[in-house]
Amino acid sequence: MLTPLLDVRDLSIGFGAADPVVRDVSFQVMPGETLALVGESGSGKTITCRSVLRILPEAAQIRGGTISFTPPNGPAVDLLSINERAMRNIRGDQISMIFQEPMRSLSPLHRLGDQVAEVLKLHRDMGPNSAKKTVLETFDRVGFPDPERVWKSYPFEMSGGMRQRAMIAMAMVAKPDLLIADEPTTALDVTTQAQVLGLIKDLQRDTGMAVILVTHDLGVVANMAESVVVMNKGRVMERGPAPAVLGAPAHGYTKKLFAAAPSIPQVAEPARTEPGKDHILELKGVCKTYTMRAGGWSKPQKITACHEVNLNLERGKTVAVVGESGSGKTTCARIALGAEVPDTGSEVIFRATATSDPLYINAMTPAERIHFQRQAQMVFQDPYSSLSPRMRIQQTMTEPMEIHNIGTKAERREKAAEMLRWVGLDPSMLVRYPHAFSGGQRQRLSIARALTLDPVLLVCDEPTSALDVSVQEQILSLLEDIRDRMGLSYLFISHDLAVVARIADEVAVMRQGVVVEQAAPDMLFYNPRHPYTRALIAAQPTPDVNRPIDLNLVAKGAGSPASWPDEFRFEGVAAPALTELAPGHKVRCHV
Amino acid sequence: MMFLRYAIYRFITMLLTLWVVSILIFVIINLPPGDYLSNQIAELRATGQAEGVAKAEFLRTEYALDRPIWEQYLIWVGMAPGPQGWYGLIQGNFGWSFEFDRPVSEIVGDALWLTVLVNLAAVLFVYLVALPLGVIAAAKSETWVDYTAAFVGYLGLATPNFLLALMLFYYGNKYFDIPIGGLMDPQFEGEPMSWEKVKSILIHLIVPTFVIGTSGAAAMMQRLRANMLDELSKPYVETAKAKGLAPSKLLAKYPLRMAFNPFVADIGNLLPAMVSGSVLVSVVLGLQTIGPSLLTALKSQDQFLAGFILMFVALLTLIGTMISDLLLVLLDPRIRYGARGS
Repeated sequence: MLTPLLDVRDLSIGFGAADPVVRDVSFQVMPGETLALVGESGSGKTITCRSVLRILPEAAQIRGGTISFTPPNGPAVDLLSINERAMRNIRGDQISMIFQEPMRSLSPLHRLGDQVAEVLKLHRDMGPNSAKKTVLETFDRVGFPDPERVWKSYPFEMSGGMRQRAMIAMAMVAKPDLLIADEPTTALDVTTQAQVLGLIKDLQRDTGMAVILVTHDLGVVANMAESVVVMNKGRVMERGPAPAVLGAPAHGYTKKLFAAAPSIPQVAEPARTEPGKDHILELKGVCKTYTMRAGGWSKPQKITACHEVNLNLERGKTVAVVGESGSGKTTCARIALGAEVPDTGSEVIFRATATSDPLYINAMTPAERIHFQRQAQMVFQDPYSSLSPRMRIQQTMTEPMEIHNIGTKAERREKAAEMLRWVGLDPSMLVRYPHAFSGGQRQRLSIARALTLDPVLLVCDEPTSALDVSVQEQILSLLEDIRDRMGLSYLFISHDLAVVARIADEVAVMRQGVVVEQAAPDMLFYNPRHPYTRALIAAQPTPDVNRPIDLNLVAKGAGSPASWPDEFRFEGVAAPALTELAPGHKVRCHV
Repeated sequence: MMFLRYAIYRFITMLLTLWVVSILIFVIINLPPGDYLSNQIAELRATGQAEGVAKAEFLRTEYALDRPIWEQYLIWVGMAPGPQGWYGLIQGNFGWSFEFDRPVSEIVGDALWLTVLVNLAAVLFVYLVALPLGVIAAAKSETWVDYTAAFVGYLGLATPNFLLALMLFYYGNKYFDIPIGGLMDPQFEGEPMSWEKVKSILIHLIVPTFVIGTSGAAAMMQRLRANMLDELSKPYVETAKAKGLAPSKLLAKYPLRMAFNPFVADIGNLLPAMVSGSVLVSVVLGLQTIGPSLLTALKSQDQFLAGFILMFVALLTLIGTMISDLLLVLLDPRIRYGARGS
C-alpha cells in the first residue's frame, strides 16, 4: 500500500463563534495523482485547499483535524502543527499554488522574471545567473515562444492566458511535489482554458507531481482528474475515482450538479427553419473604431472593436453573440441599445411592433431615445454590482417607472410586486436590501427590474457568467419562460457556446471584431465550418471522461486569424466576406 | 530614452503652466481698486506733503503703473519694453518694493533660500516619520502599536502649530538649551557661510521643522496606513505568501511598493501647503522666511513684492509636481508603459 502524499483527516475550519464552514473533511492525494475538489461557491472547497498551505484569512480558525504531508524522500510532517518557519520552507518549494485571477495575483510593479526567480532565491539559494537560466527554461516549458522577453515583461503587458502561464511557471519552477490549483481557468476564455489545462497535464506527466484541482466545472474534472471529492456546505458529499463518480453519481447533490452542467448537444440532423420577415432589431454593416490617445506626443491609435456586423433579430426569438473577451460582442450590444454611437455608414433599426415605423437607433433624437429606453432594457453580467446596495428592492424596482413617469405610487408598487412574482420571488421581499439575496436571486431581481417598463427587447450581457452552474441553469430557464410568456426578444451576449446552445435561435460567433460564422445553433453544432467555431466547440469541457478536449483542434482555430487555413485567413480587418454556404449558415471564408 | 522625452515634455508643460499662473497672479493682485502708489499719493495729498507726491508720481511712470493692465503685465514679466527697456522677471529683475523702498531681490534675498531650507527640512521630516510609522501601523493594524501611532498622529494633527511652537521653545530652551526664535544666531546674519554658521542654522532648524512637519506627517501616516491595508488584502500578497516569503520581506517588496505611489504623488502638494501653512509659524517663531514679507506685501498692495513671492511659491509647487510625476514614471511601470500595455 502506497503512502499518500497528502492525507487530510477530519479537517474542521470555522470563523469566530459561528458554525464551522468546513466540517470533518477527509481525503488523500497519492503521488502523481490529480484530485478534483468540486463544489459551488460557499462549499468550502477554497478554504480547504488553502488550509493545506495555511494561507487562510486571519479570522479563520482551524478547529480540528490533521493534514499530513509525506514528501517522496522524507518523513511525514503534520502541516497544521509545524512552526511558521518550517511552513515557509514548504510553501513554494514542495507545495505550490496557483490562483483564480491571473490578473490580480501577480504584482503589477515587478517584472515577471523577478517574481518567478524569487522562488529559486528563497528555496534553492541560487545566484542570479543560475536562477535566470532555470526560469528561462521553465518559461520555455510552459509554452512562451520568447522566454527572454517574458523575463523582462510586466504582467499587465500580457493577456489573461499568458499571465496564467507565468503563474504556472512560478508554481513549477521549484519542481514541487504537490500543486494546488484554485479555479485556475475560471477567469479565462474557453479556448485559453483548454490550453492551460492541457499544459498542467503535460507538466504533471513530465515531473510526476500531484495536483489538487479546485473547480466548480464537472467538464474540467472529467478532463483532468483521477479522483474526485464533491463538497457542499462544508461537507464531503461524495468521493471516489473520477470515472465512477462522473459515470454513475451516487449522491443526489452530484446528480444535481450534473443535470445543471451546460453542454453542447450532439445534433443528428438540423431542422430547417424558414427565416421570418418581422425583425424587431436589425444591425446593418455596423462598425465601431475607437481612437486611443496616448500621452505626450505619441500618435493616436485606431482600434477596431467591431467591423461590418449584420444581425437580424426576429420578434420573439433570441440571437446570441458569442466570442471571447475583446471580440467586440459587448460593443455590439451597446450599439444595439444606443449606448454607443457606431461609425458613420452603420445602421441599427428597431421596430417596436410589426407595423410600427422603423426607428434608427444610430441617429435618435433625445425624445426618441427616452421612448426607446422604455422598450429596450438590459440585464447585466454582475448581479453583485448592478444593484445599488443602499436602495431597498422596492426603490430599485420602481425607479425606472418614476423616471418615465408611469403610474401612481400605488400602481408602481403593485407592478414591482407583480414583476417579483414573474421571476419567482416573493413580493414581501420588496422591503429588503440587495445584500440579503444570493447571487441567483439578485440576477432574478435585475431581470425583474428590466421588465418593469414592459420592454419588447431585452439585451442580456453575460447574465449567467457570474453564477454557479446550478443557478445558471435556473436563470436560463427563467429567461426562456419569460421570453415565451411575454413575447420578448433577446439579444444574448455570452462567451459560452454551451449556454447559448439551449436559449438561442441564431448564433453569431465573433472573433477580433468580425462575425466568423453565423447560423442556427443546430446547424452550427452539426456542421461547424469555421476553424474558430470548431475550436470553441472542441474546447468546451464535457463532464464525460470518454470525451476529452481535442487540444489539436483548439490550437488550430484559437490562434490569430493569420494562422487559419488559407480559405479563412485574414489580417487586420481585411477579412473575406461572410458567405452563405447553406441556407441560413454563413461563414467568413473565401469560396 | 522614453523617460527623457517625457521629462522634456513635462518640463515644457510646466513652463506653460507657470506662464498661465503668472497671468492669474497679476490679475488677482490688481483686482482691488488702486495700487500702492495711488494710495500713497492720495494720503500725501490729504496731509499736504507736495514733494512726496512728486516722487510717487515719478515712481508711477518709472514702474509703468499708469499704463493699461495688460501692458503692465507684459513689462513685469519682461515680454515688452518698459520705461527701463526689456527688463522684467525673465531678464532677472524681480521688481521694486514700494513699501520698503528697496529692490525686491534685496528684500527676499536670503529669505528665499531659508524658506526652501526650512520647508525641505520639514518635508524630509514628514517622510522620515510617516513612512516607518505608517507601515508599522498597517502591518500591526488593530494592535496597541496601531492605536498608539494613531493617537500620537491625531494629537499632532489637532494641536495648533503656533501653540506647539511656543511649548517646544519653552521646554526646549529650559531642558536642552535650544535657542529661541530666528534661524541663526544674530552674530551670523549677513556673514559669509562658515561651519559655525551652518551649525547654528541646524540647531535653530530643529523646532521649526518639527512644528511645520507634525501635522503633515500625521496626515501622511494615516494615508499610508490606509493604502497599505488596501494593498495587504490584494491577491498578489497571497501569491507571495504561497511562495514562502517571510512576512517582513514580503511587506517591503510588494504592498509597500504599491502603497508608495500616493506617497510620492504627495510631494507636489506638500511643498506649497507647507510654504503657505508656515506663514503664521514663521511670524511666531521669528523665522526670516518669505512668509512674513508675503503677509505685509499683500496687506499694503505692494504689488511687485507680493507678485514675486506668489510666483516663487507657484514655481515650488510646479517643480514639486513635476518631480513627483517623473518619480512616478520611474517607479510604476504601468504608467511608463501605459500606452504600450493596452
